[in-house]
Amino acid sequence: MSVMTEQDRREAAASARRKVFTHIERDLSFFEKMDDSAKEEFYRKERIRSTRERRAHKIKRGILTGIGLVIAGAASVLAIVPIFFTFLNSFMSSPEIADNYGVIFQSLSGHVQNGAQYLSKTPTLRLVPQLVTLDQYKNLLFMSPNYLFKFWNSILLVVPIVVGQMLIASLASYSFARYRRKRREVLFFSYIILMLMPFQVTLVPNYMIADKLNILNTPWAIILPGIFSTFAIFLLTKYMRQIPTAYIEAAKLDGATEWQIFTRIALPLCKSAIFALTILLFIDYWNMVEQPLVLLTDADKQPMSVFLSQINEAEIGIAFAASALYMIPPLLIFLWGEEYLVEGISRSGVK
Amino acid sequence: MPAEDQESLLKLKADKARSRRRRKLADWALFTGYLTPSFLGVLVFFFLPLLMILKTSFQKSSTNTDFIGFTNYERVLTNNAFVSASKNTLTFAALAVPLAVLLALLLAMLLNSGLPGKSIFRSILLNPMMVPVASIVLIWQVFFSFNGVINGWSYNLFGLDKLDWLESDYSQVVILILFLWKNLGYNMVLFLAALNNIPSEILESAMMDGAGAFKRFFAIKMHYLAPTIFFVAIMSLINSFKIFREVYLLTGDHPYDNLYMLQHFMNNAFTHLDYSKLSSGAIIMCVVMILIVGILFFTESKFDSDVEE
Repeated sequence: MSVMTEQDRREAAASARRKVFTHIERDLSFFEKMDDSAKEEFYRKERIRSTRERRAHKIKRGILTGIGLVIAGAASVLAIVPIFFTFLNSFMSSPEIADNYGVIFQSLSGHVQNGAQYLSKTPTLRLVPQLVTLDQYKNLLFMSPNYLFKFWNSILLVVPIVVGQMLIASLASYSFARYRRKRREVLFFSYIILMLMPFQVTLVPNYMIADKLNILNTPWAIILPGIFSTFAIFLLTKYMRQIPTAYIEAAKLDGATEWQIFTRIALPLCKSAIFALTILLFIDYWNMVEQPLVLLTDADKQPMSVFLSQINEAEIGIAFAASALYMIPPLLIFLWGEEYLVEGISRSGVK
Repeated sequence: MPAEDQESLLKLKADKARSRRRRKLADWALFTGYLTPSFLGVLVFFFLPLLMILKTSFQKSSTNTDFIGFTNYERVLTNNAFVSASKNTLTFAALAVPLAVLLALLLAMLLNSGLPGKSIFRSILLNPMMVPVASIVLIWQVFFSFNGVINGWSYNLFGLDKLDWLESDYSQVVILILFLWKNLGYNMVLFLAALNNIPSEILESAMMDGAGAFKRFFAIKMHYLAPTIFFVAIMSLINSFKIFREVYLLTGDHPYDNLYMLQHFMNNAFTHLDYSKLSSGAIIMCVVMILIVGILFFTESKFDSDVEE
């Protein structure tokens, strides 16, 4: 056995190593195995598969959107049908109404004398009148001035409250927003508590004070507490606190007086809130029932909202027109200020 | 020389302090001036009368000012009408508030999920809010009265017996439908705003991390929605206490037992001019209301701090 020199050993090792590396057979990749035609085939299949998948996804999404649309549509129909129904039926002639709905008003809750008697007849729900007439409106507007008086009563109550409350609230909430000391915050908190109180609580004090001031059974008994209600202050303060102090500082540097800051900066910045609040307040007071019931004992001083509930069988001929007429002002206001309303509501809930 | 310097410095400081004080006073006077009209009105029409009724609630009657302790409260709390009225009012709130919150949230999420025509749906769903209840009562009567449309349908289609909805155990359901019809739109707009306020980057990064729709909803969206949920709950609660309006317009002074609300109780007391009963009733409700709102606020702040940690 010949003795390996160091040199030989190294050379042998090196060549062995080289052999190891050169002799590993590399697996061909998935693509390299294919020839061109197979590749084409593969690409084609892949393309079909991906379009199919995309289409399935699209269909799934379409179905989901469809279901969503159906649900939202159903909700919208439920929301809008009573309104449409009232308006459309207000163009029916009185005999037609009596024919269609007479049974209902003979059996209004509490007046059922003989249930079996009515079983044979069910009311016909008719969206479109057979004969479109303006009879109801004619009767309402020209034959029964009573209704017009009630309508006028409603306006006389609501407009002063809304205007007054907005004026007082904008001043007060500016003060709450700018001057923040401990005692003010406590007062503001008590305003919030007051705002949250239901009528059941506040009506008693209202009644007491109206009695003391001798304004019971006059519109003032409703208007004055309405003007000083704290709802608008709560929301407006929330808004005014969002005005960056930098604006106010800048105005001060330019020599604006406090009144100018209020009228030229604070109020314009809160424009959408003021519009939204005006709409909300209008609706709320246009809708009121509790206060007039308790604070106004004379029937002819009461607003239309209370009166509409007392429509009886003899008057159903004009009931739909009266209801429709009563909802026209708020709906018009809604059409005019929807954007403001939505923005105002949206920002009131977000901190 | 240094002594003089110090003196003038002190004088300057005193001047500055005085002018600062004066400015503070001017500020106070100005903003108090802005607040005064409202404060006086609230004082005269709410705070003072509330104190008055607090006093009356401990008196025998409004004319006889003998102090009789909690007798009036006892009288009110043991009054059957008051107990059933508060039970009905609370039952209705317990039904109406969760439903109003949940359904409105679902609707808002539906509209926010990339549905076409979102703003149209929003407008339509907001419409009922604008309609005075008095105008819509007629329709509810057409549908739910004894010879109404619903009974007609159920009779013709299923041969079911007619049911006088407003005079049955389901009467609260009828009112509940009216309540939801009217309030869902408002609540939904509030939720839509809150959903839009959720930063989309966070949702996207959660999606990258493999969070599913449910996980994303409960872990992320709920956190951002929590304040709005509380706000909506409080607003719905207030509105649910106002439900007397609907009940009165639908059923008049003497509704079915289920629908006898606190306001009916108060109205009856008004017609009998029973001031001490009225006062103690109002005070009890005031306390309960403060408790409920306090608990809601407390849970909100607790919940908020929990989430932030």
